[in-house]
Amino acid sequence: MKASVGGYARATDLRHALDLLAASDGMGRVLAGGQSLIAALNMRLSSGDLLIDINSIDALKGVSLDGNRLRIGALTRHAEIANDPLVAQHAPLLRKATDLIAHAAIRNRGTIGGALAHADPAAEFPACILALDATIHVEGPDGPRDIPASDFFVDVFVTTINDGEILTAISLPMAEAEERQVIHELARRSGDYALAGVCLVRRAAGHRIVCISVGPRPELATAAMARLDAGDTDGAVAALRDALDPPSDTQATAAYRRHLVGVLLHRAIADLNGETA
Amino acid sequence: MTAAFSDRIDIALTVNGESVEARVPAGRHLVDFLRLDLGLTGAHTSCEHGVCGACTVRVDGQAVRGCLMLAAQADGAEVWTIEGLSDTGAVADLQAAFVARNALQCGFCTPGMLVAAADLLAVGGVPDRATIREHLSGNYCRCTGYEAIIDAIQTVALARSEKGVA
Repeated sequence: MKASVGGYARATDLRHALDLLAASDGMGRVLAGGQSLIAALNMRLSSGDLLIDINSIDALKGVSLDGNRLRIGALTRHAEIANDPLVAQHAPLLRKATDLIAHAAIRNRGTIGGALAHADPAAEFPACILALDATIHVEGPDGPRDIPASDFFVDVFVTTINDGEILTAISLPMAEAEERQVIHELARRSGDYALAGVCLVRRAAGHRIVCISVGPRPELATAAMARLDAGDTDGAVAALRDALDPPSDTQATAAYRRHLVGVLLHRAIADLNGETA
Repeated sequence: MTAAFSDRIDIALTVNGESVEARVPAGRHLVDFLRLDLGLTGAHTSCEHGVCGACTVRVDGQAVRGCLMLAAQADGAEVWTIEGLSDTGAVADLQAAFVARNALQCGFCTPGMLVAAADLLAVGGVPDRATIREHLSGNYCRCTGYEAIIDAIQTVALARSEKGVA
């Protein structure tokens, strides 16, 4: 189908984008990579939107070190994250995730800020940034605001970004020397949304586990994390399966998804330990 | 609609090496602009939500989904479609290999396959079959079963590396 769009404006800088958003009477939509938004518009899931194209705002692009944190601009594209040496060194989970996100042509356009603001629970980056304990930086009419990843995701496609605010960057702690980060998922076709997935991080403070495609939003699997901290792999798998209430749909039943996350957690733990699952 | 937003957008870009200026509807995606306004019907519209890959074109040196980018966003861009890539001979060896290996039947997916394959081979080297398969995972073919397509791309990668052009 064809998109029905109310209007389009190309923002020249962040201030301009915020002004456009404020002037849109609630119909404004920030257009970043567009790999989910334009698909949704083409399917007429939304119409009459006033698109604010932020792709020309260079200040939102790129990866840098900011003190002891890694900062990734909202407009950094998946293909750039895949090839960025700072990401590979300090947030290898994000680099590994890019192997699983969609297809090459989509990774050339899609952005990390767009993926997070879209908040699809079947997407990889939302789960990754929660597993990494990242901070989301937004800018609004009243200035900047920092949101911990644990306070960011509310429901399917819903975040705590307020009307009038734009996601500008994320920042995350640099991986510790002994830290390990892995992601495992299963999809019917390479690049499709996962039936289920698991992000697993082991750092000095303990394990962090976040699943993909098993609920309305990414959440820390705290019970399973505690079992894993205690060295109890089977207990962690059981706790993870117990804690989840995954959806059934045409792709997989709830029972199948619950089974898969256990299999994937076993594989992730083996990967973390350098073993072959 | 507030005055800051337009439902018709003026764009200036190059398509297949030629300068193009146009005024496009805000919601028109790039592949419709190429097909309907410029008559370049090589890139195909099929699923129109980024799943099938039939609309794959090259924008600023990268393969992208023509259905997931608005024409308005192509202002200032350098766009290449299968027509231009054919005329310049940039994918001539891939096209010959697709014919030789019977890597198409109906041909609907082929323009997208060729742009995706050219994108992979531009990296250089000889990708293994798994890498080729992974790179083409976003391009549906409903005739060939893919093996012949992978054969063709691997053949070209080998030939280019032997010529020292890869």
